[in-house]
Amino acid sequence: MPPKRQIRVGTQWMYARDAQRALEEAIRVSEDEQREHGHHVPFIRKYVFSTDHKWIGIQYAITALTFLLIGFSLMLLMRWQLAFPGRSMTEIPIIGSFLVKFLGQSNVPGGVMLPEFYNQLGAMHGTIMVFLAIVPLAVGAFGNYVVPLQIGAPDMAFPKLNMMSYWCYLPGGILMLSSFFFPGGAANSGWTSYPPLSIIATQGQTIWILGMVLLITSSLLGSVNFIVTIFQLRAKGLTFMRLPFFVWAQLVTSFLLLLAFPPLEAAAILQLMDRVAGTSFFLPSGLVISGTPLTNAGGGNPLLWQHLFWFLAHPEVYVLILPGMGIISEVIANNTRKPLWGYKSLVGAGVFLGFMSFVVWAHHMFMTGMGTVISAFFQTTTMIISIPSVIILTALIMSLWGASIRFTVPMLFALAFLPMFGIGGLTGLPLGLAAADIHLHDTYYVIGHFHYVVAPGTIFAMFAGIYYWFPKATGRQMNEKLGKIHFWLSLICINCVFMPMFYQGLAGVSRRLYDGGAQYAHAKPVIWSNLFISSAAWLLLVAQIPFIFNFFYSIFKGQRVGANHWQATTLEWAAATSPPLAHGNFAVAPVVYRGPYEYSVPGYEAADYLPQNVPDEPALPPATGGGMLGAAAVAQKES
Amino acid sequence: MANPTLHDLQHPGSEEAHVPHHPFLQHHFEDLGQQHEASTLGMWFFVAQEILFFGGIFAAYTVYRVMYPAAWSAGAHHQNWRIGFANTIVLIASSLTMALAVWGAQGAKRKFTTLMLVLTLFLGMTFIGVKAFEYREHIHEGLFPGSAFTYVDHEHPELTRGVELFMLFYFIMTGLHALHMIIGAGLLIWFIRRSWRGDFGEEYYSPVEIMGLYWHFVDIVWIFLFPLLYLIH
Repeated sequence: MPPKRQIRVGTQWMYARDAQRALEEAIRVSEDEQREHGHHVPFIRKYVFSTDHKWIGIQYAITALTFLLIGFSLMLLMRWQLAFPGRSMTEIPIIGSFLVKFLGQSNVPGGVMLPEFYNQLGAMHGTIMVFLAIVPLAVGAFGNYVVPLQIGAPDMAFPKLNMMSYWCYLPGGILMLSSFFFPGGAANSGWTSYPPLSIIATQGQTIWILGMVLLITSSLLGSVNFIVTIFQLRAKGLTFMRLPFFVWAQLVTSFLLLLAFPPLEAAAILQLMDRVAGTSFFLPSGLVISGTPLTNAGGGNPLLWQHLFWFLAHPEVYVLILPGMGIISEVIANNTRKPLWGYKSLVGAGVFLGFMSFVVWAHHMFMTGMGTVISAFFQTTTMIISIPSVIILTALIMSLWGASIRFTVPMLFALAFLPMFGIGGLTGLPLGLAAADIHLHDTYYVIGHFHYVVAPGTIFAMFAGIYYWFPKATGRQMNEKLGKIHFWLSLICINCVFMPMFYQGLAGVSRRLYDGGAQYAHAKPVIWSNLFISSAAWLLLVAQIPFIFNFFYSIFKGQRVGANHWQATTLEWAAATSPPLAHGNFAVAPVVYRGPYEYSVPGYEAADYLPQNVPDEPALPPATGGGMLGAAAVAQKES
Repeated sequence: MANPTLHDLQHPGSEEAHVPHHPFLQHHFEDLGQQHEASTLGMWFFVAQEILFFGGIFAAYTVYRVMYPAAWSAGAHHQNWRIGFANTIVLIASSLTMALAVWGAQGAKRKFTTLMLVLTLFLGMTFIGVKAFEYREHIHEGLFPGSAFTYVDHEHPELTRGVELFMLFYFIMTGLHALHMIIGAGLLIWFIRRSWRGDFGEEYYSPVEIMGLYWHFVDIVWIFLFPLLYLIH
């Protein structure tokens, strides 16, 4: 019987590390051969319609980051109108006249933004940020790239579905953007598309619905794939309670997407029918628009849409935040060099959060005249759902206790995430109570609240993830100095953007005002902060320049690093540096021997981290000789 | 001692390292068993998603039924329950042939499986044909919602608008169900070809099995639609 640490390869026993090297060599040889003989994977199959989860993840990341920038730019345009209501955009230094020309006379006649165009920007900012930027980045990009690697799988369970998922997302996104060029412009009824407004709105709303159907299809294909992959393709020994918390977060997220999106898809089809086929699923009787009565059957109930929409959109909030929490957990465990505090409670809280997120949706609808019994129910569930969030946040903060923290760039973003998400979460509690919500509903307070959750919360988590896994994807590290500049500028600017919104909202400034409240007496004392917020938002764009430069520069010129650059324990770091595309992930299918966060293990002297795939037995001297590398290369030719 | 091959290196610990694998085994699965488990699980989750999709529309139906009980009752009177019942029988029969096709595929009965798939397709198309006939009758009566809606309830004119709302639900629910049937029929044509070619056998039958799951699910949706739209007055 050969020693335990060795694995059986064909008819031989060899060390996992030797087998890994032999396979990398064999793959290199086979790639060289393929290049010589022209049998390589065609460009279009490798880089365009790829079925490799790593490349699909990268496709998602690039596309989603582009949409993130587009969504951000739309908001920056709105901020000009809010800071200087009615002032011509030609006054914007340097780019002013170009911008006005680009946006066109129909949207900004004489350089002044039309209210209709302002509404389009608002609706599309929300739609793009939620459905085209954050979800694809959090689930499509990080989920795709990291989950199969972290569970030791060769690929996703359904690689072709995975490809289809991306190729539903991209046309959906392009369709959404194209709606700006339709007569009447893009959707302008808010990202929530409440009827009857959305049903009588311009053509852009139809495009919005069609785009949503594509995006929903993409999400559903993706979520089925993630769930099956996590259930079926975990490495040997990787039990559920040994899964990294990131995988747990993705699993819960996938269930939320799977079960929350279909009712919205159904509702979207009903709304589409109302718009194009003259039905009246959501149109009430006796509706008169600009003096003309509608000819539809009537009798429909607009509130039904709100219920179906928020049945999706509340779980969607957790879709936005859970992957972020997952990334933060990985980064914190790695940079504190100690196990996560309360891993089991983290997992339990994550799953409970998922369940509860399906029974809180009507707290978005306290102002619709629902009865006190129903509102009492939803207030109670809303207070209950804050508990698992607090458990997760507490566990992450406790993980910092007594650690010798490495202040790397991903860790800085992770550390900032904690208070930012805390502010976002705690400011949500008053909104969950009907009495307070009556005053705060639809004010800038709400904007401040959820942006604290998703902007300095989730987006900071996304940045942490990009800096953290960049070395795995590219084999190079992003520049730390530029990263720190990016971090500090972003942190300051983003707080200057969102903190004053609480102040405006408490003063009663409504969220969808074209002039930022200039015509209301109650907004007078806080109106000055509009210019402050806008300036901070534009500076926030400047703060992203170091990141964008760093991202592209580091792909080509960044410092080369090893396969396990952060000295981490989870399985993705056991794969090669920048694992080759179209070849599976692991030379040798990894076997897992322990939990995900075995840092600073007492009694283990060799290093302050003990990877999941290293066997328990102390190292033994090699039993078989070397020469495997050459042998494997030869063997490859034979096969 | 033989040198390890690339396959050996990628599948360490495998006892049958040199046995060529099944042509339909995808490279990222260990064996056909795992592949079968994964694809079946995937279809179950897809069905879960479908339940929520139809659930959204059923919820909307329920809300309006509670709002307009009299109109809903009047609307149901316009449905011919005898045709609906006959169609239900046709659909249940297609479920039986589908189940037999799965059984045939598991036993590598090539001709039997193909025959059962053809029968399933035939019964499914019969259902669609009957449905089209019903649609024609409704349109003829002026019950198609929108500008084509010319129907007036003479006994209770106040119910006319409510009946139109009921017919909206009738057409969207049966229409989406029929769309699922047509997608299923497309898949069946492809599967008939594969089955005739002899792709399926004792080791590899999961495509037929998950096709069956989908088909049975679509049937079950009808089992709910039939009473809701035809029987409850």
